[in-house]
Amino acid sequence: MASHSESIIREPLITGDNITYAQITNDVLRPVENMPGRAWWIGFTLASLGATLWVFSVSWTFWYGIGEWGLNKTIGWSWDITGFVWWVGIGHAGTLISAILLLFRQNWRNSINRSAEAMTIFAVICAATYVVSHMGRPWLAYWPLPLPNQFGSIWVNFNSPLVWDVFAISTYFSVSLVFWYTGLLPDLATIRDRATGIRQKIYSVLSFGWTGSVKTWQRFETVCLILAGISTPLVLSVHTIVSMDFATSLEPGWHTTIFPPYFVAGAIFSGFAMVQTLLLVARKVLGLENYITMFHIEAMNKIILLTGSIVGVAYMTEFFIAYYSGGEYEQYTFLNRFIGPQWWAGCMMYGCNVLMTQLMWFKSVRRNVPISWVLSIVVNIGMWFERYVIIQISLQRDFLPSSWSVFHPTWVDMSVFIGSIGLFFTMFLLFVRVLPSIAMAEVKLILKSSSEQAKKKLLAHGDLDPEQVEFYKESLVKFDSVEIANYQKA
Amino acid sequence: MSKTKYILGLFEDPDEMMHGIDLLQKNSVPIYDVFTPMPIHGIERKLGIKDSRLGYAAFMFGCLGGTTIFSMAYYMLVHDWPMNIGGKPAFAIPDFIPITFEWTVLFTAFGMTLTFFFATHLFPGRTPRVMDLRATDDRFVIAIDAKGSTPHEDITKILKDAGAVEVKHNDRKYVSYE
Repeated sequence: MASHSESIIREPLITGDNITYAQITNDVLRPVENMPGRAWWIGFTLASLGATLWVFSVSWTFWYGIGEWGLNKTIGWSWDITGFVWWVGIGHAGTLISAILLLFRQNWRNSINRSAEAMTIFAVICAATYVVSHMGRPWLAYWPLPLPNQFGSIWVNFNSPLVWDVFAISTYFSVSLVFWYTGLLPDLATIRDRATGIRQKIYSVLSFGWTGSVKTWQRFETVCLILAGISTPLVLSVHTIVSMDFATSLEPGWHTTIFPPYFVAGAIFSGFAMVQTLLLVARKVLGLENYITMFHIEAMNKIILLTGSIVGVAYMTEFFIAYYSGGEYEQYTFLNRFIGPQWWAGCMMYGCNVLMTQLMWFKSVRRNVPISWVLSIVVNIGMWFERYVIIQISLQRDFLPSSWSVFHPTWVDMSVFIGSIGLFFTMFLLFVRVLPSIAMAEVKLILKSSSEQAKKKLLAHGDLDPEQVEFYKESLVKFDSVEIANYQKA
Repeated sequence: MSKTKYILGLFEDPDEMMHGIDLLQKNSVPIYDVFTPMPIHGIERKLGIKDSRLGYAAFMFGCLGGTTIFSMAYYMLVHDWPMNIGGKPAFAIPDFIPITFEWTVLFTAFGMTLTFFFATHLFPGRTPRVMDLRATDDRFVIAIDAKGSTPHEDITKILKDAGAVEVKHNDRKYVSYE
């Protein structure tokens, strides 16, 4: 059935009075069907300036080679791979939200999955550009592919984690794209059927002729469920394989068996933080407070807290194992994170990722929009430093003390990184402008069961356990989009 | 002879539309199709639509993907050009698991989704065969072929009784060609 009554003690997922199906369409499509406001233009100008910087610095790298970066004989991987792993990690939240939370029947994912998936795709694009850039000779980027060749037909080495990584990232990107676009079809059809002229023609091509007939929906749901089922192990495999790029080496600080789960937790951690960074702004600017409610924000903060704590446990395990191994190189590597020349990077990593997120234990922190937003950025600063510390600080102390070195980024390193952030935001802002940032069909699905007005109807109907009603009313206090006064007189 | 080709019952509420389907079926009025802005569970059972077989397709594509890449790895690293890496066996099955897994997922996703697009006639640029423009927005539309034996007034009455906010007698099947 389209609707079933949900227990009163569950918090509403859509707030506001008189939300109809048409209202949802109007609210979500407002930024798509109207000219964007000043906030969008300011953001877009800044972001595209960043993207221009990215184009310039990546072109510079291609023209002059990676000698323009601050790499040296000892440190062959630094900001490039740091940026790559950082972006891939950020790109984990989208598929996690759309796949794993779908399998767990977490209905609150319905209003955040679309923009989280879009963000995932843009983050993976940013990550992929690092991979191509760091090859030095990008026109040979096809070398990791298993193609027949003229080198005595020597094939790619399938024993190598770097080849696994090529497969993992490309599969992850293309499957995420398919999942995202298939989910977009019904919403594109909605835009098409409301548009006129050239816009209607464009959205008509994009919507593949979607009509919303019974059979289409039935097959659509099967496809989404199976895609979710296969994306769940996929999303876990991607960062597992990324971590194996390091874990299968013989480098102290890298060759740790704990890396796969540790990296996956860190990836989800940073991904949710980026979703939080984007959505806290988007809900305000686009006026979507009724769909992305305080419940959603708090739920995401809880996931950030959980994964941040898993990362914290992984850090402690690493230190313990370094001590317990008795290997002096291993022990020195971990000591070097605090007493080495870049001790501040280690402090940033542990401080931002472990100490700051522990603040999320407090309700008042989880439910505070400005603090959550700042913390979400702190998390991603911390996660950048995590990769920097693992990659670069482990490398800077070689086995030969005469080779010891420190990495100093050049302006090209910094521009590629800052530029990739600009590129990411350019793509995200364009997405918000031309595509619905909330999955309308999926939000409509829960309107009759999980919205505030549905709960109100239940309350008006009476015969509910008064204790549960009290519990429900108390849970509403945290919402910034609910008029609490309406409940006190009732 | 009336020029009406299709009768559309437009509902505001999915539950009322389900009620409408029940009433129509009780009166033996065959339903052509139902268009909704979101998936409505249980509707396919009422209309007697069989379970989707896309799951089987997905499984077959997955098997194909895993087999393809595993065979490729075997051919390349074991048969065609075995390399001596520290004297270890060339046929290193555990090392082939990550790529086998990735291509299983890749083939499943693409194979199943393309099968879905093919079976449902979805492709870029296809002319949308829309019977009512609000069916993708906020209306739940039951479409009835007007050639049936039930008088049109009766169908209208059944739809109205079930709670339809509007009943349309359309001379054309699709509105989207206009």
